Amino acid sequence: MSDKASKDFHENIKDHLRPDGRKPDDFRPIKIEVGVIKRADGSAYVEFGKTRVVAAVYGPEPMHPRHLADPEKAVLICRYNMLPFSVEERKKPGPDRRSIEISKVVKDALSTVVVLEEFPKCMISVDMVVLEADAGTRVAALTAASLALADAGIPMREMISAIACGRANGQIVVDLTKEEEDAEDAVDVPVAMSSLTKRISLLQMDGDLTIEEFEAILDKASNSCVKIHAMQRDALLKKYKKEGEEVDIDDEY
Amino acid sequence: MTSTKLTVEYIKNLLEMGRRLDGRSLNEFREIKVKYGISKKAEGSAEVCVGNTRVVAGVKMEIGEPYPDTPNKGVLVTTAEFLAMAAPEFEPGLPGEDAIELARVVDRGIREGNAIDMEKLCIVEGEKVWVVFLDIFVLNHDGNLIDAAGMATMAALLDARMPKLTEDYEVDRSELTDPLPIRDIPIPITVRKHNEHLILDTTALEEEVLKGKFTVTTKINGNLCAMQLSDGMAMTKEEVLKAVRLARDTSSRIRENIFGDQLKRVKKQ
Amino acid sequence: MKDADSSSKAEIVLPGDILYRGKNMLPGRGTYRHGDEIISKVVGLKAVKDRTISVIPLAGAYIPKVGDYIIGEIVEVGLNYWLVDINSPYQAAMLMFDIPEFVEKNADISRYYDFGDIIYAKITNVTKTKYINLTMKDSKCRKLVGGLIVHITPSKVPRLIGKKGSMVSMIKNITGSFILVGQNGRVWIKGGHETLAAEAIYMIDMYSHQKGLTEKVEEFLKKELEKEGDGNVRQSK
Repeated sequence: MSDKASKDFHENIKDHLRPDGRKPDDFRPIKIEVGVIKRADGSAYVEFGKTRVVAAVYGPEPMHPRHLADPEKAVLICRYNMLPFSVEERKKPGPDRRSIEISKVVKDALSTVVVLEEFPKCMISVDMVVLEADAGTRVAALTAASLALADAGIPMREMISAIACGRANGQIVVDLTKEEEDAEDAVDVPVAMSSLTKRISLLQMDGDLTIEEFEAILDKASNSCVKIHAMQRDALLKKYKKEGEEVDIDDEY
Repeated sequence: MTSTKLTVEYIKNLLEMGRRLDGRSLNEFREIKVKYGISKKAEGSAEVCVGNTRVVAGVKMEIGEPYPDTPNKGVLVTTAEFLAMAAPEFEPGLPGEDAIELARVVDRGIREGNAIDMEKLCIVEGEKVWVVFLDIFVLNHDGNLIDAAGMATMAALLDARMPKLTEDYEVDRSELTDPLPIRDIPIPITVRKHNEHLILDTTALEEEVLKGKFTVTTKINGNLCAMQLSDGMAMTKEEVLKAVRLARDTSSRIRENIFGDQLKRVKKQ
Repeated sequence: MKDADSSSKAEIVLPGDILYRGKNMLPGRGTYRHGDEIISKVVGLKAVKDRTISVIPLAGAYIPKVGDYIIGEIVEVGLNYWLVDINSPYQAAMLMFDIPEFVEKNADISRYYDFGDIIYAKITNVTKTKYINLTMKDSKCRKLVGGLIVHITPSKVPRLIGKKGSMVSMIKNITGSFILVGQNGRVWIKGGHETLAAEAIYMIDMYSHQKGLTEKVEEFLKKELEKEGDGNVRQSK
């Protein structure tokens, strides 16, 4: 690279810094912790910048009401909820149409990896609570839910990682903030991908994109999910590493 | 559950060979019929049949307040209900998660596809705007509800004429005036999957076999305006892109077929 | 691949982790086959025995398996069967002929085992749809009368038992209590310093990941006993 080209390149990068100073591919600071709700069978906390979510898992336990039980597999129940003071204007407590839809797509995504067949007639409940919202709450909730399920010892064929990518202020970016979501040209595409077979199980989009732009977003999202998965691994290992070191295999079998 | 395990296996085997129970090819739609003006009381209404699936949609308009962040734009409110008569598994009562999802996916297509010029629906900025109510009812469920609902909604919008506005901002329904300011015709197309095969316009029976769906809504210019992957389907990146292209091409063909006349009108504006 | 009965430091694996590539090994508990690979489906320790790779879970509910001794509570008395809560998502059934006692014709079977009775029983059958059968016809099985029941996370039961039973015998020796450990995470304590034994078990549940836990528990028990001024520590062995 010539000096001039290099200078142009750096100018260009500087021009394209995002409102909070990030580069297009940068996440906000991410914090992940497993086992934060002691009474729950499994739990996790996920923080993407100012977006903060807790997920807790109970089960498998007998299905209530009983007539909804499936004789062949467990029923997965997901509840996504926002605290009234997690957003700018107070949100009325309880489920609304938006949270019902998010609960559904999160459940749909998780059901592609949870081995529900191992627990016929049971239910497994996943509760997700948004403590503070700054865009990307559903992907943070799904990332946390996947960890909480693993922490609860629920069998899963693979893990799920999720992130939102999209377009804001003329460029394709990763992990949008609320400020970026409010940009004139903003398009937000939440994506969830599995860790082993790299399959997409949640994908939503609304806005205006060419197929080429969408392809670029999908590429960025899948690369980002790989990175998120590495962070999920570290968080789970952090909790279980110490426990594992002490147990001797032939004690049990 | 109305199908036996045997039927499920049979349908799967057929799909594996690229065939379907009703003889269609995997990406072939059933016959689509559109009937406009099914209710004279509505500002606009339409019924769309896709095979045996039958959906009606109606447009009503009222005067209301704009959202604070869009003071110069009208408001769009979309609801959907799966009537208990439409299928034995549907129960009366409040819309369930599937009906809510359908309404929201259709709503995002209309809204983000800029189907309506919302700025034209502003009466007094920050105070009074037109509120467009889109109500979708499923009368008979034989699969592919989102696509049928999206087409019915679009047909009802194209059918709609605005009521007259009196001088003191009251709605006078005795006289309908101009058509709604329609700027685009977004059409949702739902793709399902069996192994590596992509399938369009599934019947209710096929949907018992093929859990999971991917809906892609495209505009006249071929741009994407809404997408939703749900119901427990996992696709590779390549499959997603293949499905998006299939949906775009199908959507443009169907738009041409059922909204050919209106398309010219909309394109002119 | 490690040796068959290797009990050296176990590797922690997570759902979706590839445990093995190739066709020479078989997928065991906590794993599944995906093409040529064996994949973990739980958080746990990778264990290789003979030609089978399995993962010993580090979390999760008690999932009954045949041959387990469990502590159950009778929750329903039928005409010719009992339903037993076994601290699992599924209840177990015990039929009239699963008990050693002779049952008279048309007897009210609550005479033998009644609502609320606690039993130490053995699992004889688990079907795919999770119907579970228990028996009392085993020399170890008995009704548990008196004492107290404490709970431990089921996946930590091996920790409580310790290597070759070292942990639980140490607690028994120091507290002088009789202790029965159910694989389902229920522990029965009777006699001796019952509450002290219970405290030790809670301690194991809470600090199961700490190194040298056996020594720590032993130290704790001895110190507590000294505080009580009870020099009369029974040594059963």
